[in-house]
Amino acid sequence: MVEQAFKLKQEQALPDAGGHFGIFGGRFVSETLMPALEELDEAWRHYLQDKDFLAELDRDLAHFVGRPSPLYLAENLTRQVGGARIVLKREDLNHTGAHKINNTVGQGLLARAMGKRRVIAETGAGQHGVASATIAARLGMECVVYMGAEDVRRQAINVYRMKLLGAEVVAVESGSRTLKDALNEAMRDWVTNVDDTFYILGTVAGPHPYPAMVRDFNAVVGREARAQMLTEYGRLPDALVACVGGGSNAIGLFYPFIDDVAVDMVGVEAAGRGLSGEAHAASLCAGRVGVLHGSRTYLLDDDSGQIRHTHSISAGLDYPGVGPEHAWLKDQGRARYVGVSDTEALEAFHALTRSEGIMPALESAHAIAYGMKLAAELPRDRVVLVNLSGRGDKDINTVADLEGMKF
Amino acid sequence: MNRIDRRFAALKQAERVALVPYVTAGHPLPESTVPVLHAAVRAGADLLEIGMPFSDVMADGPVIQNAHERALAQGTGLDQVLDMVRAFRQDDPETPIILMGYANPIERRGAERFAGQAAEAGVDGLLIVDCPADEADQLQACLKDRGIHQIFLVAPTTTENRLKHASRLAGGFVYYVSIKGVTGAASLDVDSLAPVIARVREKIDLPVAVGFGIREPAQAAAVSATADAVVIGSALVERLDRCETSDEAITVVADFLAPVRQAMDNSAFVVSEKIVRPA
Repeated sequence: MVEQAFKLKQEQALPDAGGHFGIFGGRFVSETLMPALEELDEAWRHYLQDKDFLAELDRDLAHFVGRPSPLYLAENLTRQVGGARIVLKREDLNHTGAHKINNTVGQGLLARAMGKRRVIAETGAGQHGVASATIAARLGMECVVYMGAEDVRRQAINVYRMKLLGAEVVAVESGSRTLKDALNEAMRDWVTNVDDTFYILGTVAGPHPYPAMVRDFNAVVGREARAQMLTEYGRLPDALVACVGGGSNAIGLFYPFIDDVAVDMVGVEAAGRGLSGEAHAASLCAGRVGVLHGSRTYLLDDDSGQIRHTHSISAGLDYPGVGPEHAWLKDQGRARYVGVSDTEALEAFHALTRSEGIMPALESAHAIAYGMKLAAELPRDRVVLVNLSGRGDKDINTVADLEGMKF
Repeated sequence: MNRIDRRFAALKQAERVALVPYVTAGHPLPESTVPVLHAAVRAGADLLEIGMPFSDVMADGPVIQNAHERALAQGTGLDQVLDMVRAFRQDDPETPIILMGYANPIERRGAERFAGQAAEAGVDGLLIVDCPADEADQLQACLKDRGIHQIFLVAPTTTENRLKHASRLAGGFVYYVSIKGVTGAASLDVDSLAPVIARVREKIDLPVAVGFGIREPAQAAAVSATADAVVIGSALVERLDRCETSDEAITVVADFLAPVRQAMDNSAFVVSEKIVRPA
């Protein structure tokens, strides 16, 4: 199934050979990184045609990750909202608790196939770091995870989890001490140790081939969801809703639906304390086109082109750029992007927890919030499919903190 | 004729290898940059490379990253960098200036507008670290109109195809990155240089500058044997970082560059003798 889908999409020719989605994407990196990116690009193209590789990927997704993840009709939440049916794609049920593992299993197998013995990763909330440390443990590879010092503080449990899995966690003290700085540091490591090191980038941002490769590894989410909708509901959903930081869970869900033009695709960005101020992370809603972390995309910067510090209640959305394919989908009008504030996300976190007994990650709670809003505006015979990209256990301390609880 | 071309032509005549110090604009102090540049020229610098501060210097190591952060915190943006170039030009109309930086601030300003302002201020070359030849066409067109050379990095691992591509766009000189890694990360292995530089010269008919990983006079001297120019960045920036006044910074630059210059000149003398009496 994976193999078939890859073949189909390869014929659609985006990105181009240089990694461009229209004016977006590309490879804006130092010459020192170009050969590494070319080597990776070549390996990725090669192994996507390799039956044994794809069979092993399928096996791991089934038996290690626990795929397929179910579609769940949130009946109580639907009743509470009083509109379209809300259906959840349960990526929170994956091993390690989020969609991130789909990508790290894929890149981990690719690293091994390329003969690398060491993997590195950047992480914001820690989910991608945990997913990378997990696959490194399984494949017997050395693993170093770069994490902003501020995030290390906010996500202490995930830091410990990574250490238990045998990874070294490096706290990055530069810049805003968050995800973007961790990504800078991981790139620096990679350019220095490129001979034996594979960089497992965690989202659909960065230089080509990462946006396309990470999309391909996450597209299993959308392929499953599409097939499940047809089997279980006899129809496609009317709308897809997913949160967007870098945008990997959203593109994973959207991509197999791109040609189904009747399906509304909505990416939900972190509006933080409001889009009119600066305390948000909504690059598509409130940013402009620039160059960051190796690709041309929408980003948040000041008038002299310096990248701005961002804010979101959820570390995983707290990023000043976004994957170039989302930038392209926005400009094409194929997907639309909206903002959900910290407060709205927190309300949705509670709403889903209390109505369904499912505690969403704060990232995913942004998608839930907009999914509820959208469902309320639509008639009862419609279906809104929300990607529940991760579970909320990691956020319990953050939520408790915000509500004045001390343990 | 662009000042860079004029300068390299003159250096060739004089059988002198170019010394190219790098400083980040506005570091350690906004007011130290212009006097530091003049001091560098007095100490034997032939071309000057000036870093344009950026918030996310992905290809630089901790020393230069820290310099960028300090410069930004003290308010040095593109406008201030161009002001510094203008001020320097009032007293030095000849020493070539290369601005080195990252793509986003230029993108924000608009490539065409930036090229015009830079040319007017007296800039001769532009090196955008995260704009390899593959993505450089648009910027190239703007710079060409204004007589500014686009400088490209070449790495030990750069393939023949990429060299060819860069050669079509490159002007002034080629900047050969001598180590795998970020600026200031490790020390250079001088012995490995000669064959790769020969390979670069075969494909690109421009002077070759070597940088990243040159920290002391002996290394600079050794590199002089094969390269047309030696770039020193992190080692200098590291020393400047400890300065609290412009006067201190001026002294540090002079004290650091003078022995480098001397070592390079001695080495160049040996090289030219070798050329006269081949073994």
